[in-house]
Amino acid sequence: MTTVSESAIEAQVEDLTDKTPFLQKAKTMARKQPVGVAGLAVVILMIFAAIFAPWLTPYHPEYNDFANMLTPPGADYILGTDQFGRDIFTRILYGARTALFVGFAAATIGAVFGLVLGVASAYFGGMFDLIFQRIMDVFMAFPLIILALAVVATLGTGTQNVIIAITIPFIPQCARVVRSNALAIREIPYVDAARALGFGHARIILRHMAPNVMAPFLILFTAFVGQAILLEASLSYLGMGVQEPTPAWGLMLQGGAEEYAESAPWVAIWPGVAISLAVFGFNLFGDAVRDTLDPRLRSR
Amino acid sequence: MSEAVSQKRNTRTGSSEGFDEVLVDVRDLKMYFPVTEGVFVPRVVAQVKAVDGVSFQVFRGETLGVVGESGCGKTTTGRCILQLEKPTAGEIIFYGDDITKYDSKQMIDVRKKIQVIFQDPYSSLNPRMKVGEIIAEPMKVHNIITDEAERQKRVRYLLNVCGLASAFADRYPHEMSGGQRQRVGIARALAMDPEFIICDEAVSALDVSIQAQVINLLEDLRDEFDLTYLFISHDLSVVRHICHRVAVMYLGNLVELADGDELFENPLHPYTRLLLNAVPIPDPDIEKGRAHEIIKGEIPSPINPPPGCVFHPRCPMAVDNCKKQIPQLREVKPGHWVACTEV
Repeated sequence: MTTVSESAIEAQVEDLTDKTPFLQKAKTMARKQPVGVAGLAVVILMIFAAIFAPWLTPYHPEYNDFANMLTPPGADYILGTDQFGRDIFTRILYGARTALFVGFAAATIGAVFGLVLGVASAYFGGMFDLIFQRIMDVFMAFPLIILALAVVATLGTGTQNVIIAITIPFIPQCARVVRSNALAIREIPYVDAARALGFGHARIILRHMAPNVMAPFLILFTAFVGQAILLEASLSYLGMGVQEPTPAWGLMLQGGAEEYAESAPWVAIWPGVAISLAVFGFNLFGDAVRDTLDPRLRSR
Repeated sequence: MSEAVSQKRNTRTGSSEGFDEVLVDVRDLKMYFPVTEGVFVPRVVAQVKAVDGVSFQVFRGETLGVVGESGCGKTTTGRCILQLEKPTAGEIIFYGDDITKYDSKQMIDVRKKIQVIFQDPYSSLNPRMKVGEIIAEPMKVHNIITDEAERQKRVRYLLNVCGLASAFADRYPHEMSGGQRQRVGIARALAMDPEFIICDEAVSALDVSIQAQVINLLEDLRDEFDLTYLFISHDLSVVRHICHRVAVMYLGNLVELADGDELFENPLHPYTRLLLNAVPIPDPDIEKGRAHEIIKGEIPSPINPPPGCVFHPRCPMAVDNCKKQIPQLREVKPGHWVACTEV
């Protein structure tokens, strides 16, 4: 049927593929976001430590060297040992596994649930939106740690329950931010077009609206990972989180902080440094992601 | 094909003769948007009467233009036919059934036959989907073509029909120009193999040269796929070019409906006359000497429209009776309907 010659229409296409080499892009990124790249470096270091922990240290995280309890940092034990003679460096490496697992699991589940619920709330609107938002308000009225504590108190301790406890306060936070963005997207004609094409609610929410709130979603997600690591450490410190002998930073802090703060400060200092670095890393990286994704901030 | 098209085009202008099968019958359509106050128990304090009792018929194969100022309810009328808004009252008869009573499942069959092309080519395409996916999605969801390879073939065909290279299927909308995107929007509407397409200001956002291309494309497609258009626009020259019949709306009411040439050459309703009078003549010498009659006053609020004839506060022909009596649409000449008691 084509009346315009095939070659004439095909000639409209010009090659738009981005040919900038990857290294070049990385350099540009590093120049524009030096702090963000530093944050990313910490994150990568942490992931590296978590994955290769068995090869980076000769000790087992639960091995007790009763001859060398509370040894100060030195040649045998780089960061010293704790009150049970366990190597602190080893436990920090393995603790990164716990922190990352809990952090990513809680952030992913919380953010994804928040994303779907927030978009759905904006999409359906009306009474559903009103009631749903009031329920979210109830959750947001509690401070993060109190809500998480309440959940652990109900469900009991253990890694799985810690993840659930951290996830629950994240859902309303994410849903709130996503909803406000989705409200604007709901008015854009491509959503009307999808409705006019007879697509179902699930398809419109998941395929047409959710992918278009990715920028705030990713920003929230990176911030959530940092927050989740901090929350997990807090819960463990309070004895409501991960249980001994699993290596976890908050747990190590608890073991060392009170009794040995003066006599053996390294027991508490190193896990504290690890927590701070990890949260710092994720937050700086998250800020850089926000600056890159938010076009309103891009030119600055 | 081009020869056949130009021949058809010659017969197109003129009257609606030859179009006798009613495709869509809009009866006394009303769309009121409530204005609410109060957070917990919203109460309706007023109603915006966006469309207030509009009736018209669309014949199979014709292009019916709907013109009027911004806010006169022409877009809302289109959205009601698409069931994107639930009308307050009235019936929309399509294939013998009132589709305003349909639930979303029943609507799917209607949606396959009634499609829409939007005004803004920049926001009517999902920026996260490739052009090929955008066009293939309706065929996939509604199982029109289940085979993936067949579907891709159809996508390429539709792109070509709309004057786009098949390689555009792998592009994202932001990698294309406004005119190209509008063609994608048209291809998406065609994917469902519709009979009736509502063009909601489909060319208003494009610049003049691209407008002409897209209008020609729409005309070609109308003949190629036996389409019927409801062409909503504020651009009178475009409407005159493409439409068989034209409906004029003012403040949610239909004031005049006639064959294109009849309406433009012999407008009867005072509003239509003033509206046509406002179109500049592209010749400065004539334009300079021409008597300009500007419509006095502002459009009244659709929340509280004037009693009687809605146009009477601004009408040069208004008499006392106009404030009381609501004029009904009546046929003053064969095929020429006017809602004015003084004509």
